[in-house]
Amino acid sequence: MSKKLANGYLILVFAVLYAPIVFLIVYSFSQGETMTNYHGFTWRHYQTLFSDARMLAIVANTLLVALLSSLIATLIGTLGALGINRTTKRVTRESLLTLNNVLMVSPDVIIGASFLIFFTMLKIPLGFGSVLMSHIAFEIPIVVLMVLPRLREMSSSMLDAAEDLGATTRQLLTQVIVPFISPGIFAGFFMALTYSLDDFAVTFFVTGNGFSTLSVEIYSRARQGINLEINALSGVMFLFSLLLVGGYYWIQQASQKRKHRKREVAS
Amino acid sequence: MRAVTKRRTWLYFIPYGLWLALFVIAPVALIIYQSFFDLGHHFTLGNYSTYFQSATYLKMTLNSVWYAFLITLFTGLISYPTAYFLHQLKHRQFWLLLVILPTWINILLKAYAFIGIFSQAGLANQFLTFIGIGPQQILFTNASFIFVATYIQIPFMILPIYNSIDDLNPAFVNASRDLGASNWQTFRRVIFPLTLPGVKAGVQAVFIPSLSLFMLTRLIGGNKVITLGTAIEEHFLTTMNWGMGSTIGVILIVAMIIVMTLTGDKKPKGGAPR
Repeated sequence: MSKKLANGYLILVFAVLYAPIVFLIVYSFSQGETMTNYHGFTWRHYQTLFSDARMLAIVANTLLVALLSSLIATLIGTLGALGINRTTKRVTRESLLTLNNVLMVSPDVIIGASFLIFFTMLKIPLGFGSVLMSHIAFEIPIVVLMVLPRLREMSSSMLDAAEDLGATTRQLLTQVIVPFISPGIFAGFFMALTYSLDDFAVTFFVTGNGFSTLSVEIYSRARQGINLEINALSGVMFLFSLLLVGGYYWIQQASQKRKHRKREVAS
Repeated sequence: MRAVTKRRTWLYFIPYGLWLALFVIAPVALIIYQSFFDLGHHFTLGNYSTYFQSATYLKMTLNSVWYAFLITLFTGLISYPTAYFLHQLKHRQFWLLLVILPTWINILLKAYAFIGIFSQAGLANQFLTFIGIGPQQILFTNASFIFVATYIQIPFMILPIYNSIDDLNPAFVNASRDLGASNWQTFRRVIFPLTLPGVKAGVQAVFIPSLSLFMLTRLIGGNKVITLGTAIEEHFLTTMNWGMGSTIGVILIVAMIIVMTLTGDKKPKGGAPR
């Protein structure tokens, strides 16, 4: 009885969670112009979407910013995690971690507004550069948080062994440390990627006039009302998110399997 | 220890250190600095005195906090049972992934979906007509804003609560049952107190963003709901009064710190972030 109630509740919650997404995608195939009555199947809105040069350029911009910023943020974040991990004083480590998390907990508007002041004061023009820098900035802390646990798992005897065997600092880093923490680095990269693709508020503040990302474009189009091309876009983006989630899940499973295997070897 | 590596590798730390200085410390300092300047770039305390003397600003702040409170409350009420029941399922990792998946859909697309659902002839009104209430103005009301914000925040509340339930040692629950506690007593005295850290983490994850969801107030609330975030956006991008915008930003930062302290871990060890 209570089990049925629990399942019913879960079904309801999942239905509510997915209803808007399903709704969007269903109407992306509707022949009408609004999201009110379904008018029969068509690919027309997808055709409009794929022949909309402005939209395609924005998609390319968004992907470019996401990939580039995630790569750079992963690099800086991983180095940062290595640095934090090596601090010996507890106070230093705690304060570094606190500073690291400032951008994680700050509301988007605060990040956006303060970056806008920052770029304006340094006379950095608003556009691709400022958006890229902002994305790198708010992605770094999540990379650090993803990499640090792996670093903590790493045994120092392994490093000592490598050093005793004559490994240089560079070899130590590229052949021992990085391979070991690579699952954390990948997880950090994926999280950075989603943060970048998901961001609206920060980009909205620092984007200026000439440059636009998907979120900003959807916002300005949504303010003008319903346009089923956006529905088609959400269909494509949903597919893309599924792929990303799948990729992330796969990486996690793979790293877990490796852990299991290691445990089996150890026992 | 590894003294050699230590000396040689501090160079690697430079980019991260630069990031800390330029993009964490400098912006916070700048927003505080900017809040002391008026439109003519003169140093002034006027922004703060305007803020604290103006009924409009104070009312807006109270409203914003009240809405964030309601959104957090509803999110919590919906999420706790969800996390609890979810944890009893067989393939819970898979279901958990299904909870996370909607957070990967752009927030603006979700807001856009609700513009369609809540519109005059939309799904919600068709349903209301069907059950005999008749069409209502749903979009651009406070209720629709709270509904959509709650919808968007639910996964962020479910996850930490789920994690804390996962950390709960089932032996405590069994012990409580063996000692004759009813289901309700077990929940109230054992399960809930032990999963409170998850609830607190969820409140942190939901309350602060709810103070600053300016795109929802614009798209769904139809400019009737003004949150701290809306006010900041307005001052920065529309009226270009950065000083006042920064002042409200500082208020928002203070609110954030208050929430963090209230919901923070009081354990001496301090949980490692994950």
